[in-house]
Amino acid sequence: MDSSREDVLIMNVTLKIKRFDPDGSSTQSYWEEFAVDVLDNATVLDALIQVREENDGTLSLRCSCRSAICGSCAMRINGQGSLACKTPASDAMIDGVITVEPAGNMPVVKDLVTNFDVFWDKIYQVTPYLLPEGPEPEAEYIASNESMLHLSGVTACIMCGACVSDCTVLEVDPSFLGPAALAKAYRFTADPRDGNENGVSTQRLKDLGDKSGMWDCTRCMACVTACPKGVAPMDRIMALREQAMDAGFTNNNGARHAQAFVDLIGHGGSLDELKLPVKTVGVFNIPALLSYVPVGIRSLRRGKLPSIFHKKIYEVEKVTHLVKKLEKANKN
Amino acid sequence: MKFAFYPGCVSRGGCPELYVAANLVCDKLGIELEEMPGASCTGAGVLQEKNRLLGDVLNARTFAMAEKIGSPIMTICSTCQGVMAQARYRMSQDSDYLAEVNSHLADEGLHYSGDIEIKHLLWVLIEDYGLDKLLPLITKPLKGIRLSPFYGCYIVRPSVELQTDDNPERKVALETLIEALGAVLVDFDGKTKCCGFPILTINPKNSMSMVAKHTSDVKELGADAMVTPCPLCHLNLDGFQPKAAAQAGRSIDMPIIHLPQMLGMAMGISPKELGMKRHIVSTSKLEVKLQKA
Repeated sequence: MDSSREDVLIMNVTLKIKRFDPDGSSTQSYWEEFAVDVLDNATVLDALIQVREENDGTLSLRCSCRSAICGSCAMRINGQGSLACKTPASDAMIDGVITVEPAGNMPVVKDLVTNFDVFWDKIYQVTPYLLPEGPEPEAEYIASNESMLHLSGVTACIMCGACVSDCTVLEVDPSFLGPAALAKAYRFTADPRDGNENGVSTQRLKDLGDKSGMWDCTRCMACVTACPKGVAPMDRIMALREQAMDAGFTNNNGARHAQAFVDLIGHGGSLDELKLPVKTVGVFNIPALLSYVPVGIRSLRRGKLPSIFHKKIYEVEKVTHLVKKLEKANKN
Repeated sequence: MKFAFYPGCVSRGGCPELYVAANLVCDKLGIELEEMPGASCTGAGVLQEKNRLLGDVLNARTFAMAEKIGSPIMTICSTCQGVMAQARYRMSQDSDYLAEVNSHLADEGLHYSGDIEIKHLLWVLIEDYGLDKLLPLITKPLKGIRLSPFYGCYIVRPSVELQTDDNPERKVALETLIEALGAVLVDFDGKTKCCGFPILTINPKNSMSMVAKHTSDVKELGADAMVTPCPLCHLNLDGFQPKAAAQAGRSIDMPIIHLPQMLGMAMGISPKELGMKRHIVSTSKLEVKLQKA
């Protein structure tokens, strides 16, 4: 602990760390607490390093730049995916305690170190390089300044895995491409040099619409909150969906679901919950429709099945007018 | 205390007991609610995937109606709260965009000023009504009842739009209320995670896995019920729990109660009046325990 500042203050912090040692006596993870005195401007990473240097040299963690550039030190701090080097210890303390766990949705190697193979596998799955179609230009590919500035929001990703750590879909379905890979995919679908002469990445958008792709995101925003660089992966996934629908990939439940919302609100002003699933899965998709029958019967018995005669809102024609007008403008 | 009431589609559709319970509770608390019969669906974030401007115009239309009433908006749905807060934020950050939105509202003579307040009943109880005023009305504390909170994504994220950093009490509002009503808080990691409802018709397997995980987790922790301020979460966690349990190959039977039902029980309103019989997962064990409380 050292500081050139004269007004430095020391604060006591307890780090509650989730530990795991595959070669240790216990095969289970366990919690261990360390009380350390740190500078008032210390980060959580500073505090962890201090624990390693002063209390327990066996504590394993990854870190390198200590400046939120390299993306090595992503972990869960108070249950939230974060970069330890970017999180001030003073902000993270809850009654003097900071709870630290390894990043989620990835196997733990030891203590706070996780195996990133699953992360990189997903990045590779989205073919993370430009795929221009058509003849090569005589000189270089031209991209507008505006498009590159837009992409800089996604290329800010430092591959730390904080978003993957907190993804609520990956928690139940490891096959989901996940927020980092889908945001990476958007980096290419939004690049005017990728895809056809109009910059439309048709094949990519088709592939990304398959199972475990863009439509499986729940829009829970956990990745947006976790991302330390403002990439907002979920917003990129929503943009992918819009691109896919614009490119004509509308024959899927996700696209039909979005269109059903527009149509039903345009028709009745509020949502017709009976028609929504029918319009989403498709009126001829008998197996899917039959799967809702037990739920429907239970709801009917409990007197909570929505009426088949959906009540329109007051002066619905005003909403209908707005929907028609803005949908027409959106298509042009 | 008066609010422009935005109940949302689900509380008048798939979860009618929520609408009944919220009105009963607010009436007893003396919170005046004026509904906006011409207000449309928020779009739930789904319509916005296709046409964000349309979503913002529809929500601004609701905001303009509330401004005509002259009261802040109160909702009883986490999803409506979040979607409206996001729309409000976008318009508050860009005066040109607000003007564009207003140009569409002008068709029907409406105008949104850009500064509406939108509050879920959960926040109203803590921030506006206040526990000091609420607690004397608690005639039947939920002593010994073990309750787990389940927020719904849109009332916890994103923090800027929901102003949760400026109002940190919002981050623990449900836990605060559970304990204030005398119940035992059964905290669990999943309380701010997704219930799976948004992908119910897109990836039902994953959706059911989420339901099974959350309800099983709180069951293992010994909860008597889960409490949610979100009717969409309720639809999935309650309505689809039998299907989720079948997929997971285990029995769960975890009652899911709406926020105003929890409050109503503590205020002495009968479970029948609060519409508990309309739940798919039976609340009878909970009601027996409540009688003994």
